[in-house]
Parts: sequence; structure tokens; C-alpha cells
Amino acid sequence: MRKEYLTVENIVGPLMLVQEVSGVSFAEIAEIILPDGGIRHGQVLEINEDKALVQVFEGTSGLTPGEVRVKFLGKGLQLGLSRDIVGRMFNGFGRVIDGGPPIIPEKYSDVNGVPINPEARDYPNEFIQTGISTIDVLNTLVRGQKLPIFSGSGLPHSRLAAQIARQAKVLKTGEQFAVVFAAMGITFEEAQFFMNEFEKTGALERAVLFINLANDPPIERIAVPRMALTAAEYLAYELGMHILVILTDMTNYCEALREISAARKEVPSRRGYPGYLYTDLSMIYERAGRIKGKSGSITQMPILTMPEDDKTHPIPDLTGYITEGQILLSRMLHNEGIYPPVDVLPSLSRLKDKGIGKGKTREDHAGVMNQLYAAYAKGKAAKEIAVVLGESALTPLDIMYVKFSEQFEKEFIGQGEGENRDIIASLTIGWKLLGMLPATELKRVKQEFIDEYYPSKQL
Amino acid sequence: MKNQGIIVKVSGPLVVAKGLAGTDMYELVRVGTLGLFGEVIEIRGERFSIQVYEETGGIGPGEPVVPTSAPLTVELGPGLVTSIFDGIQRPLDRLRVKFGDFVIRGAEAAPLDRTKKWHFIPLKKAGDKVVRGDIIGTIPETPIIEYRVMVPPGYEGTLREISEKEATLEEPVAMVNTSEGEKAITLLQKWPVRTPRPVKKRLIPCAPLVTGQRVLDTLFPIAKGGTACVPGPFGSGKTVVQHQLAKWADADLIVYVGCGERGNEMTDVLIEFPELIDPRSGRPLIERTILVANTSNMPVAAREASVFTGITMAEYYRDMGYSVALMADSTSRWAEAMREMSGRLEEMPGEEGYPAYLASRLASFYERAGRVICEGSDDREGSLSVIGAVSPPGGDLSEPVVQATLRVVKVFWGLDDKLAGQRHFPAINWLASYSLYQELVDRYCTEKIDQYWAKNRREAMAVLKREAELEELVRLVGMDALSIQDRLLLEAAKMIREDFLHQNAYDPVDTYTSFPKQFKLLQLILGFYHVSYQAITVGVELEDILKLPVRNEIPRAKFIPEGQIDKIEALRQRMKAAIDALKPSGENS
Ligand SMILES: Nc1ncnc2c1ncn2[C@@H]1O[C@H](COP(=O)(O)OP(=O)(O)OP(=O)(O)O)[C@@H](O)[C@H]1O
Ligand SMILES: [Mg+2]
Repeated sequence: MRKEYLTVENIVGPLMLVQEVSGVSFAEIAEIILPDGGIRHGQVLEINEDKALVQVFEGTSGLTPGEVRVKFLGKGLQLGLSRDIVGRMFNGFGRVIDGGPPIIPEKYSDVNGVPINPEARDYPNEFIQTGISTIDVLNTLVRGQKLPIFSGSGLPHSRLAAQIARQAKVLKTGEQFAVVFAAMGITFEEAQFFMNEFEKTGALERAVLFINLANDPPIERIAVPRMALTAAEYLAYELGMHILVILTDMTNYCEALREISAARKEVPSRRGYPGYLYTDLSMIYERAGRIKGKSGSITQMPILTMPEDDKTHPIPDLTGYITEGQILLSRMLHNEGIYPPVDVLPSLSRLKDKGIGKGKTREDHAGVMNQLYAAYAKGKAAKEIAVVLGESALTPLDIMYVKFSEQFEKEFIGQGEGENRDIIASLTIGWKLLGMLPATELKRVKQEFIDEYYPSKQL
Repeated sequence: MKNQGIIVKVSGPLVVAKGLAGTDMYELVRVGTLGLFGEVIEIRGERFSIQVYEETGGIGPGEPVVPTSAPLTVELGPGLVTSIFDGIQRPLDRLRVKFGDFVIRGAEAAPLDRTKKWHFIPLKKAGDKVVRGDIIGTIPETPIIEYRVMVPPGYEGTLREISEKEATLEEPVAMVNTSEGEKAITLLQKWPVRTPRPVKKRLIPCAPLVTGQRVLDTLFPIAKGGTACVPGPFGSGKTVVQHQLAKWADADLIVYVGCGERGNEMTDVLIEFPELIDPRSGRPLIERTILVANTSNMPVAAREASVFTGITMAEYYRDMGYSVALMADSTSRWAEAMREMSGRLEEMPGEEGYPAYLASRLASFYERAGRVICEGSDDREGSLSVIGAVSPPGGDLSEPVVQATLRVVKVFWGLDDKLAGQRHFPAINWLASYSLYQELVDRYCTEKIDQYWAKNRREAMAVLKREAELEELVRLVGMDALSIQDRLLLEAAKMIREDFLHQNAYDPVDTYTSFPKQFKLLQLILGFYHVSYQAITVGVELEDILKLPVRNEIPRAKFIPEGQIDKIEALRQRMKAAIDALKPSGENS
């Protein structure tokens, strides 16, 4: 029988100080037993002599010192794992909430994970077709990559993520694929949207869901991505499955972290976020990857809403410093009714070059990618000049570029939510648009590819 | 035996223990029943604060802390080159063999292989007098690196025995009669990482570190033994610059420290370097490379140690008389590790929560760079160049780490988000960056490469500066305000930017450019500018010059392979002839 302590000294925000404890260790999990028999969960953040500082996942409201009993469980935060977690739904603390039977674990794993030995990593280089042109052609996603979506409130990042989850596939067949979905502080409606999406397409049967909604305890959000990634690692490295992990919304996660830090009166770094935010986030994002000799992989797509659409805000900033690129959504394109409103110019997949080309996508891919990017940049720049100095400041060639960029937004960036374009279809649209420019302008594509793919008749 | 202590507090990577009286500051201790490695970083009365190099979950008050009587040291010996270590020099390759794909807690393995035999070739003979730092023999460590066995401190005397042999790290290769009696020199030596290795004399750098990167070598060169920093927001190209330097810099040995960055980037190096060929030696790059990888998700205390681990190994090869270059990506993550420990120690914070000693720590790290006369009687020269990436929040260069770094380094390669957004790589802002080695490199290159080296560089910079002014003007009043000379200058500036400064790291030819080729390329572009300038002065239309087919060849010039750089000069002649031909007759020069 483990000892129960009645010695809660004080409660500050989500934290609780328990006195006169013994044998308690750092990061240990505790049960907090309420007078009515209800149970909450906590984790030791600091242990100093006989005082344990405990963060309470479900929050401290309604707790009174002297009335609650605290029991330390002698282990860290763990998740029970078995093949049967696939198709199931859990709360942020890893408890089944879909009304089904409990999981009978084959093993328990500490949710903090263990760093992959850099020597053991295999470089991500396998093309994932998402069916979305702006991603597949311009910002190619590869297996084992971590590629976040930087969005803003009100933008359709959820729809985009759901579409990717629905459509993503590698060009090889016969491999096991599953989605691990972690919701942190999103609304019931948003969560329901994902669930319906997964259900419609049968993806629910090969998904593992960890759900913490806007009205669920905020501190629990600290556990959610760790739970999700622990499940993902099990499925990927022990069962050999290819896992796409969607984490939404990382901004809510970071806010929970800030709340704890503030309650501990730590010296903040920028905008009140703790100085260790970078390290903390990297412990999540670095859990993407591939391991030599293992067939499974973990690809991560974290979603975050940038406060005030500001890319330099600590959350997107530190995320960008860890992930391998970013997909930015544009409010302007969204307002113009273009879906998915991917802001092509500041978006980047850093691993794209390793996943494209002959034998992976098509030999002209790199050239088309660079050319579309350059031409769109040029068209947009010309358009800006026209705004300042008037249309007359543009040369006939400039005007061609402006037309190209407008058409590019409509036909290449824009596509239907149900539209699953294979890479050849996306490249074909790219070539059709490049056909709006004289072939001599296509300096980034090799001549042999121009000869082969450039539309023979101008549009 | 020193006193064993007991833990009283655990807060993340910080453990506080009592009962350690007699244990020193920076002494290495074993923490808890698991015996995790930690280092004493503060002593306050009877409370000893310890930073622990591994995760501390599950550790609690009452557990033991055992002093080791030694500070954090690295092992120095043959076998370092081609290896990959974590921040406290655990060999990641052998850890994987022993413990699997994850770096589990408590995993231990000696940094260097104790069983491997090395072929020792003596350079001295019995009866020779030796002093500290003397090279007594060599070992072919890799086909490129000749490992030089040096006399360690305290081993001065007369060699009694030395012979060619196969030896493991711990077997003696020589016996010395010293004033303290006979001592055996083995291949394995140790050195505390926080103590700079001594040198006989420090010198001022005198030669450039050739990086093969045009914007660096031509505009903002670094010297062998110099220091540089590469600050920039995420995605601006810091890591690519660092990787390019590790690949192509003409140092004898590279130490690459991945400090709190991505695992995949280290994997990239591990996959690429055994395949890429060093243009100077014709051998795989990995044979001159030591890697230190303490990725962002590995323990922060070990991250703090990683740069010291790296630089101590680098100094050791410098002491053998090599030119060594160390890259640290990213020093900001190192500073953040310090900040985290400082916060847990509840020290009085300085700016943005960084400890007040941030600047002095950074300075003491960069101060370990330099060109030196090594210890030993042969007065050999060695150098250690240090290049640190800096990752400022939001790309804001006014933040403490950038500012403290700029106060000590001599070269500033400022990466620019806007340039990166335009995919102009390397995205080094030519207006903001600087090098304090410019004069010395000018002198060197004027003598070794071409008498016009410095003149060309100055002119290129002047054109770029003028371009910025003209662009401002155009923004206000439009293109029409510009004279034809100004418009030509804008063309020239664009060519400097796109056809010279822009360099694709992933193109097999473009990735590296020698000094002579850099000179020829710039000469070609400035030549175009000069000849065109004369031509428009005598009435040739700028449009006619721009339409010349030969002009389309200029952007291709950077793809001319190193072996054929005469073609660049030939192109310059053709270009000149074509422009001259546009001049009204009688004006041809
Ligand atoms: N010289 C170059 N040639 C071609 N592409 C480049 C070059 N430099 C950078 N890039 C492109 O920019 C991307 C980002 O570069 P890099 O990874 O070096 O950024 P970083 O500054 O290290 O970012 P972070 O701070 O997030 O680590 C690369 O993946 C590559 O696509
Ligand atoms: Mg980087």
C-alpha cells in the first residue's frame, strides 16, 4: 500500500506543494484523491528535501489543502500499448473515452520517449503524395519529416490537415498506414469535423485519437502530444507501420506550458514563454523520423495558429527552428476564396530535394518547381509595382507574369477539397501554366524537359 | 576517498546534494543509484548544485552522489577522426551497437576503442631528450590524418625505449626517464574540457581559410585561426553554410558540433561525408572529420558541455600542427542550455533571462581559436578557426546572444530572411556583413592570386552599395529617373548578385569555387561593366548590349569546372569583342 499524504501546503494555479513526503522522485506521477472520491492526476515538477511540487493535469479548482489526499505512484507518466489502440479514442491522459472496452496493454512506455541515436536515423527521402499541388510539387513532404502548418485563427488548416490525412499515400503499395491524431484545446466542433472526416473515409479504423477539447483541463495538454507520439513510436518502430501524426493546435500546448512556468515564477524569455520552450518543443518534434533497418516511420504535421498572424511570435518561430520547413497559410488567398490558401513563397519543405526527381516523382520535377516558384514571385512583384506606379510601368513581359501569377493562384494553388491530384496531374497543371510564358523565359528548366513538356500551343 | 553525498533536491537537469565537502567545483560526480554523470556547477555552503547529463526522472532525495575526483575530461587518441560522439563524448556508433537505436539512460561506453591496434612509427630514438609537446612518433589514423603522438605534460626527460610497434591505446609506445622517475607514454591521453590546452605562443592570423564559397571568400573572408559567426532566422541557411564549410574549407581537420539542433542534419552528414571527396586529398571527407552530436532532444546539460568537448578535441589536433576548423551549430542552443541551468540555480538573470556571465562564457569559447606556435621543441605552427551559428529569436539581431557574440568574433556573416525568401543563397546580406580579416586576405591574395584581387573586391562592394541607393530612388520616383549609366550599374549589380554571389550548395560544380576561379568570375562581370560603360559613353544603346547572345553565357560561367577556368578568360575576351563591335567605327579600342 502506498502512503497517502494529507499534507498539501499550498495551491498556486495548476501547482500544488505537498509537504513531509519521503521516497518521492522527480517526474513521478501522483493521484490526488478528492473528498468525494474523485481522482485527479499530477506529476512531480520538483522535489526539494521533503517538499514535492506537483502539477495537476486536471487543474486545481475545487481542491482544498487539508482535504485532498496525495498518493505517489512510483513511476513516470506511461501509456499502455497494444495493437488494439488502433481505431480507438483516448482523452489527453490516455484513458479510453469512446465507450469501448479498455485496452489490455502488452507493454507500458514512458510518454517522454527516449532520443533516437543520430547514428541510427535513416534520412527521410520517400515521397508522400498528398494530392495537393502546392505541397506535392513545391513543398514536397517525405516520410519521416516534420512539416508544420503555420495558420491563423479562422483559416482552413483543419480542412487541409484532414484532406492530407485522407489522401496521403506513397507511390508504393501494400504498406500499413495509420494516422495518430492529437487534439489540444480545439473546439468540440473542430474535433467533430476531424472525426466525421475520418469516419467518412474509413480512416477512423486506422486512426488513434487523443482528444483534449477547449473545455478540457488545459494542463492535460502538456501530456497529449507525448501520449500521441508514444503511440506512434510503438506502431512505427515495433509494428512497422507508417504513421502520420497530426498535432493540433500547438499554440494551445505552448500556452499550457506558459501557465505552468508563470505559476512557478520562472524568469520568462520572450512574451512570457519559458526559456526552455525550444527544448520542450524539440522533445516533441524530434520524435519524427525513420530508423535504419525498421520498416515503419513517423511523419509529423503539427498545426499551429500564429497569434496575430505573426511568424516571429515565439511559437511559430521556435517551431520553425526545429521542424524541416513550414507550410504557411495566407489570409489574403483565403479571403479571395482560394482553397487551400497556401502561401507559396514563404512556405518551404527543407527535405523536398531528397524526395523528388527521376524514379521518385518525375525527372522534370525540380525544374518545374523552381520555375513555378520564380515565375510566381516575379508575377507578384510586378503586381506590386503596378499598385505603386500604375500598370503603365509594366513591360509586356511583366504583364504576362502578372497574368501567370493570377492564373497560378486559381488553378494551381486552388483546388477542390475533395480533389486528389496525383503528382503527374499536378505537374501537368504546372506545365500548362508555364505555357503562358515564352519558352525562353523558362531558365530554370532544362531544355530537354522544355522540349518534352512545354505545351506546344500557347494558351 | 572523498565523502559520498546525498541528494536533497531534483529539478529537471539540476540536482542539489549535501555532504559532498571536499568535492571541487566542476568535479564530475555520479548521481543517484543509476550512477548518472553530473558536474558540480555551484557550491553554496553545504549545498552542491550539479548539472546532470541525463534525464533525471525517477531520481529523488536520499539517493547517493559519488565524487569521481576528476573534472569532465575527454579522451584524446587515435580513433577520434571519423567518429561521432554525444556532448559528453559517448561514442554514438558504439552506443548503438551496445544499446540499440535509442540513447537510453545510463548507456556507457569508452569514447575510444580499447582493443584496436594502431601502427606506431617512432620519430625519435632512445636517448633523445624530449619536452612537453614534442612529437615522438606518428600513426596513420586515417589515410589523410597522420596522428602525431605528443609528449604529455609531466613527461619531460630522456627517452629510454621507443620502437615501431602495433599498440592499443593503453599499451606504452615509449618509456621516458623523467625527474619523477620512469614513465610510460601511451596513445591515450585525457584533458579537462573546460581548460584550454596550452600553447607556446599566440600569433596573428596570416592566411585565409579558403571555403570555396564566393560570398565568403571574396567579400567577407575568414582567416585560418580566426573566428566568425553566422546569425540568421530559421530557414535562412545557417546549417547549409556550416555544412559547406565542413565540406570544403581547406583546413586539415574539421570538428563539427551539432549543438541542440536536428537529428536528421547529423544523419545527413553521416550519410554524405563518407561519399563526398575532399578536393585536396582525393579521399572521403569523413576521413578528416570528427562529429559531435547533441541534438535538441538530448539532455540540455550535455548540450552545454558539447561545445567544450568539441573544441578540446580540435585543440588537440591543432597542437599536432594542423589547421583545424570547428563549426558549432548552434551557439544559441548552447546559450539557452546555460540559461536553463542558470534559471534553475535561481541566479540573478541578465537580459532575456540569460545569465550575467553569458558574454564572458562566449568570449572564453571563441578565445580558444587562434593561430599558434604549438608546444614542443620544433616550433610547429597550428591553427584553430571557429565558426558559430547563432539563432536569434524572430531573427532579431539585437538579442543578447548575437550581441555578445559580435563583441568577440572578427567576421559577421549576417543571413537575411528576405534574401532567403527570394531563394538567394547563401542569403548573406552583403550590406550588413563584415570581416576584420579583409586587409590581411587582400594582401595575401594580391600576392598569391592576382594583383587586382583587392581592387575588384572593393569595386564589387561599391557597385552593390550604389545599387541599394539607386533602388531606394527607384522606389520613390520610378525607373525613368535613372541615367543610362545608373541603369548599367543596376545590371552589373544584378550580375554580381545572381551570377557571382548566388551559389547553389547542391550543384556538384557550383558547390565549391577556388580562389582563382572566384577571381576570374568577378573579373568577367566587372569586365562586362567596364566595357559596356565605355560603349554607352560613345553612344551604344544599353538595350543592344543586353541583347547580345554572349551575355547569356555569363550566368553559365560559374558552372565551368575548376579544371577549365581558362574558358572564363576566353569568354571575357569574346564578351569584350562583342560589345566593342557595337561601337561606331573608329571608337573601337
Ligand atoms: N547555399 C544554398 N544553396 C541552396 N539552397 C540553400 C542554400 N542555403 C540554404 N538553402 C535552402 O534553405 C533551407 C534552409 O537552410 P538551413 O537548414 O541551412 O537553415 P538554418 O538557418 O540552419 O535554419 P534553422 O535555424 O531552422 O536550423 C535549406 O533546406 C535549403 O533548401
Ligand atoms: Mg540550421
